[in-house]
Amino acid sequence: MRMKKNLGWLGILPLIAVLLSGCDWALVDPKGQIGIEQKSLIITAFWLMMIVVIPVIVMTVVFAWKYRHSNHTAKYMPDWAHSNKIEAVVWLIPCIIILFLGIITWKTSHSLDPHKPIESDAETMEVQVVALDWKWLFIYPEQGIATVNEVAMPVDVPVHFSVTSASVMNSFFIPTLGSQIYAMAGMDNDVYLVANEAGVYDGKSSNYSGEGFSEMTFDAHAMSQDDFDAWVDKVGQSSETLSYEGSYQELAEPSTDHPVEYFSDVTSDLYRDIVEGFHGGNGEGGHDGGHGETSMSAEAAE
Amino acid sequence: MFGKLGLDDIPYHEPILVVTAIVMMLGGLAIVGLLTYFKKWKWLWTEWITSIDHKKLGIMYFLVALVMLLRGFSDAIMMRTQQAMAAGGAEGYLPPEHYDQIFTAHGVIMIFFVAMPMVIGLMNLVVPLQIGARDVAFPFMNNLSFWLFVAGVALTMISLLIGEYGKTGWLAYAPLSGIQYSPGVGVDYWIWGLQISGIGTTLTGINFFVTILKMRTKGMTMFRMPVFTWTSLVANVLIIASFPILTATIALLTLDRYLGTHFFTNDMGGNMMMYVNLIWAWGHPEVYILILPAFGVFSEVIATFAKKRLFGYNTMVWATLAIGILSFVVWLHHFFTMGAGANVNAFFGIATMIIAIPTGVKIFNWLFTMYRGRLEFTSPVLWTLGFIITFTIGGMTGVMLAVPGANFVLHNSLFVIAHFHNVIIGGVVFGMLAGLTYWFPKAFGFKLDEKWGKRSFWFWIVGFYLAFMPLYILSFMGAVRRMQSYANPEWQPLMIVAWVGAVCILLGIACTVIQFIVSIRNREKYADITGDPWDARTLEWSTSSPAPFYNFAHLPHVGSIDAFWEAKKEKGMAADKPTQYEDIHMPRNTVAGPVIGLISIAFGFALVWHIWWLVGVSAIGMFVAFMFRVFNDDIDYYVPAAEVERIEREHHKRLEMQA
Repeated sequence: MRMKKNLGWLGILPLIAVLLSGCDWALVDPKGQIGIEQKSLIITAFWLMMIVVIPVIVMTVVFAWKYRHSNHTAKYMPDWAHSNKIEAVVWLIPCIIILFLGIITWKTSHSLDPHKPIESDAETMEVQVVALDWKWLFIYPEQGIATVNEVAMPVDVPVHFSVTSASVMNSFFIPTLGSQIYAMAGMDNDVYLVANEAGVYDGKSSNYSGEGFSEMTFDAHAMSQDDFDAWVDKVGQSSETLSYEGSYQELAEPSTDHPVEYFSDVTSDLYRDIVEGFHGGNGEGGHDGGHGETSMSAEAAE
Repeated sequence: MFGKLGLDDIPYHEPILVVTAIVMMLGGLAIVGLLTYFKKWKWLWTEWITSIDHKKLGIMYFLVALVMLLRGFSDAIMMRTQQAMAAGGAEGYLPPEHYDQIFTAHGVIMIFFVAMPMVIGLMNLVVPLQIGARDVAFPFMNNLSFWLFVAGVALTMISLLIGEYGKTGWLAYAPLSGIQYSPGVGVDYWIWGLQISGIGTTLTGINFFVTILKMRTKGMTMFRMPVFTWTSLVANVLIIASFPILTATIALLTLDRYLGTHFFTNDMGGNMMMYVNLIWAWGHPEVYILILPAFGVFSEVIATFAKKRLFGYNTMVWATLAIGILSFVVWLHHFFTMGAGANVNAFFGIATMIIAIPTGVKIFNWLFTMYRGRLEFTSPVLWTLGFIITFTIGGMTGVMLAVPGANFVLHNSLFVIAHFHNVIIGGVVFGMLAGLTYWFPKAFGFKLDEKWGKRSFWFWIVGFYLAFMPLYILSFMGAVRRMQSYANPEWQPLMIVAWVGAVCILLGIACTVIQFIVSIRNREKYADITGDPWDARTLEWSTSSPAPFYNFAHLPHVGSIDAFWEAKKEKGMAADKPTQYEDIHMPRNTVAGPVIGLISIAFGFALVWHIWWLVGVSAIGMFVAFMFRVFNDDIDYYVPAAEVERIEREHHKRLEMQA
């Protein structure tokens, strides 16, 4: 039975170790306000449940050992099968914990709602994200530029990511910054994130999307406002441009492990065209761009 | 002639698959050879294939499940090996083309063709005995259910050697599973394998629902039913309520793929969110279909081996019912990140947490069953103790996932993988292995070897923690599920630990196989003469082991919970020897069940490959076979009292010899 005891602890120790240690792991050491709140939420929920989990594990080991068959000194009551006191306690304790956790859940579901703007002195920046087979297209409508598999943002500036897909379902996820959100064709989804520290963070799709899924990753650069302006200029130097009827169609073709690409000019309605491209009925989705009849059905769909 | 099927669809250029095919064929030939050599064909046909005996069907379900466990586990260890290798730019040994099929097949096989048949097999074996019935309500339908399930298994296995399997993940999310993004036959194999076996499952649900409600013996009121029967009843209600949703959802996907409709496509008004909602409206009750009967097993095991009444029987029953109902209002927690509003997410998060309350109460009740008992550390008890600790941890991580705010970073990460293996291995697998050991003597008349059973337990539990605790940690490092390769080399050491865990589990499975061999060789030594090897409490132990095909010579009367235990206390062991026997009314074997099952393989195969003439022929074949059954009046017979007396005398003679 001693081994059993050790094993029980084995289950929890790594979790505790992870939650307490301060290494640079994405969820343990988040770099944005959303992620930080989520980390503390995870830790709170974890300890709340430890109130039940630890006694259960201890009781399992102690009861099993004390009331083992060979221990004739322990009390044996073969017909004892009911006790109002015990029943009251075993219902009450989980109820109280779930009540607390329920209140926390209600509050954090609202405070951490991905659609909720982040309060900040800085004005929120707009980035439009399109999941393609198998790469990420980022459109900066305010700057008029676009990139593939690289996204940049100034530190402490909240970013509103509008997220859609021009293919199957994906999930837009930068673990170090916090919440992910599904990317779905014809749907204009969104998530607000902010980076509070400069750095390069891994971004990825977390929802399996087919053959090139594993390499559907991007770098998220958080940088100072000056660096960001310089980055925008750098992207603006590119000779490549993007339009819905033209080069976008080429980009949307499936490709794996796609390199970073910069586009200095983007047609202003590209994101809307991509979303609405699926509202019509040419049967080919966004791939051949027949979106002439779409605005009507788009409005109807909304 | 052959629809889409061509020579190119047979993967003779894939060495792994060629070797697999050769091994499978040699194995098949060996079985055919042995059956012929020992002249066992007739025995196989009359005693097993056409049998309507719920105990034999239960054994066959479990046998198929164990074979499929080997297949599903092969997939698992291949994935663990791939992820242990493919770090920091390395590609490993499985290209995405293969890896994606393997994780899809692993999920489908482990849920539909391992966990489900184990649960259904155990229900078949135990429930009629526990309620003092001679068979299920619809014995022919029971046989048909089994063969439809086997047809689903067969189609899935055929996909390994002809064509391909789905590359979509086990739930085949649209639009990835639609014809535009998955033009191959893989998704079609998935569709028809699940549709055909799913009809079998739905029929089983109806069958056992009616059996438990209508066929209980005299005096067995609902609140005198053993807890395993209660959990089975609720699981079957969940099957009846949820499997039609799965069937309908897959049917809509089928229309999209075969007729070009737009239920779940990206365009033309299709809605992939509807698919995800529908599939989880089935999928969440499904996990309770699996875990509730496992809870039932633990309840029986812990009461029997603690030599004590189950603590809080009424609470257990009400908690089971509460879990059953709540399981239908939580499906959205599988996709908080889809973008629903905060109120919706909060509702489903809190509903999910509420399930933790009755589940927690159950755990305390098992603990207080041990309290002031006399616990024997048999292998079923080890599985139960391992379950309580492991499942509690799994439940905790489940509640963490149910907090939408936390779920936004944990969803789709390895945290989810670790969580559900935590509850499915720690709950369902441990429960089924405990149940297998516990009821094995009732099925075969001898006990399983304890030494190898305990070895299996230790390998499984150590293997489990080694394989899945690292995945929790990896999720905090940002690792997501279903990666064929990953760039971050820091993840590799933990991936290797997880691989070692998988190897430990392999050893655990090997111990179970050795356990069977050792036990069969020592079956004389381990023989269960009395029919009650564990000094147990419920009715199935009041008849001989293995139970006679009619279960009970005289239907027992029940006056309390744990009726058999009470009877033993009053009258002592060996009870009374009846002096008079009666004719027993029993159902006849069926040819239609296996025939319809066999033809449904051809039907599914033809639909997968668009071989339309074969679709027509096999559909007519199934209909004709069914009509033969419908218009056959000779479906039952009476076992003469003299025959019953002979069988019972033999049992009593053995009892006296032992005494």
